[in-house]
Amino acid sequence: MTGLLQTYAPVVGEDVIRQLTQLSKPLRGMKVVHVNSTRQGGGVAEILEKMVPLMRELGLDTHWEVIAGQGRFYECTKLFHNAMQGNQAVVTDALLKEYKETNRLNAEALAPILRDADIVFIHDPQPAALIEHFPNRKGKWIWRCHIDASHPFRPVWKFLQPYVARHDASVFSLADFSQILPHPVYLIPPSIDPLSEKNMELPADEIAAICQRYGIDTTRPMMLQVSRFDRFKDPLGVISAYRQATTFIPSLQLVLAGGGATDDPEGEAVLAEVKAAAQEDPDIHILLLPPDAHRTINALQRAADFVLQKSLKEGFGLTVSEAMWKGKPVIGGDTGGIRLQVINHHTGFLVNSPEGAALRIRYLLHHRKHLEEMGGKARDFVRQNFLNTRQLREYLTVMVALTHGADDRVEMTH
Amino acid sequence: MGKPSNIEPFVVKDCTLAAIATGRRAQNLRELRDHLQVVHPGSIYYHFWGTLLRPDFDDPEYNNDFASWSRHALHDTKLAEQLGVIDPADYPDIDGLRQELIEIIEQRLDETEFLAWARRDQQFHFVRSQIVVFDTGRRFSTPQELTAAIPSLSLGSIYYHVIDARRREPLWTDDFRAWLERFGDSYADVCKQLAELDPYFTTLAELRVELTHIMGAHQPTKVKV
Repeated sequence: MTGLLQTYAPVVGEDVIRQLTQLSKPLRGMKVVHVNSTRQGGGVAEILEKMVPLMRELGLDTHWEVIAGQGRFYECTKLFHNAMQGNQAVVTDALLKEYKETNRLNAEALAPILRDADIVFIHDPQPAALIEHFPNRKGKWIWRCHIDASHPFRPVWKFLQPYVARHDASVFSLADFSQILPHPVYLIPPSIDPLSEKNMELPADEIAAICQRYGIDTTRPMMLQVSRFDRFKDPLGVISAYRQATTFIPSLQLVLAGGGATDDPEGEAVLAEVKAAAQEDPDIHILLLPPDAHRTINALQRAADFVLQKSLKEGFGLTVSEAMWKGKPVIGGDTGGIRLQVINHHTGFLVNSPEGAALRIRYLLHHRKHLEEMGGKARDFVRQNFLNTRQLREYLTVMVALTHGADDRVEMTH
Repeated sequence: MGKPSNIEPFVVKDCTLAAIATGRRAQNLRELRDHLQVVHPGSIYYHFWGTLLRPDFDDPEYNNDFASWSRHALHDTKLAEQLGVIDPADYPDIDGLRQELIEIIEQRLDETEFLAWARRDQQFHFVRSQIVVFDTGRRFSTPQELTAAIPSLSLGSIYYHVIDARRREPLWTDDFRAWLERFGDSYADVCKQLAELDPYFTTLAELRVELTHIMGAHQPTKVKV
């Protein structure tokens, strides 16, 4: 076999590729359609960019369709997105009407492909209402929720729930993020792509050049947190931990790398607070990077001695797996999906305060051998559990289970 | 040693698990007990055995999710130890295991004056699983061929032929032993060692190594016909 799938073999092992090939056999020739609301940008598009060609290569007739809408539709779905994550977002009747109408128009346009598809994945709330226009659909429809829907703003969930409930199954990232629904609720954690620009191996000179560009001294220890300037990511707590640790390790440098905050008033306020807390310390590097600075982030993660993700509240927090994949232990906040990735004392440390983080920073820098061992364990743990080949395997499992009966046991005979 | 003509080849299968949320959640010990009384048996099975095949660390502090939750969410170390020592292989069926869990929890509830609560984001979520079994296409006619191939079997195959096999009718035994027993007394020793294998307090990768070791070290006994 040559092609995309085979490029993963050196990373994940031939046995993983062989297992995907065998598991996908009963699905070969099936028509699978993914529907979301954007072709570029955002986590869902990033997943589908690889998932769709990989499924095709496994013999599934896979398509990716994007619904189209006007400004008011996106205004509405942005409110949905916030409301699903617990924000009190008021959605007017006019916006709800726009949502329904946009879904109706897209249902008409996509009818030829969706009507006779064997499996349809509807990603997130944007296209969730398509299903009401396919009462005689042939295949299994699965609603894939990529966000933390554990405590949605109730009026919005009340509106969306009847659409979601019509699907044959849904998929959430964690049990914690899920809702009770009248169909099987599958759990599939997200994953990282080891071959993407964010995670691929980089030449040492490129890493050195990027450090030089930002004034980072590669001869001294450096720790990094990659995150938006958001209170839940606790950048001020990270600076506090840095200050406590530098009392004992004065050569330590801190890099806080995040996106620009021009369209986010709260982000701007947090950034101003972070700059004030840094007090122009030359060893605190606050980097505002563009959204596509994947290689730069990759290089910074590789240059770091270890990585922090000291969130107070977190969804899944895939930046943790990204760092661990580069062999870095992570000091992470004891919250959300970070707990699934940071195995305390093995792949990093879970902390609940700046003091806890400072203690672990000092520990790691004084126990270099242990730091290296933890980094090795972290990489292995990600290889086993958080690469996109694992996610693909779980999607295939769900597809086989749904198309071959919903019993506890599905035995394929060929 | 060759294969007697009437013995079917060993068929290597593989499996994957799909995790399904049951919607049942517990935030304290009393709620955990109440759900345990009625939850789908597949959920209890999953929280004991499913840990082997899902994102988890290969050196877990506790081998089942109930013990782990007691320690990390309720901070009840004593209960965690009592639950952690349970070996599900000691119980003939899930209901026996269910009763043991309830018994230990009831006793702990009697002992404690205050009910410990987990944080809202650390509730116990009852999950069950669907197992999807598929054929790898690999067939082995002799024990020697099978032994040579064991290191290359996927962890899913090890799970299916050792863990899952033990709850399959009518044999209730691992597939390797069931197949080797057809070769008569020649493999009596290896079958005995396989029977003593405890698949619970180990990982699938370690189990694969142990299987390789037991079967690889074996020389078939010459039996007079």
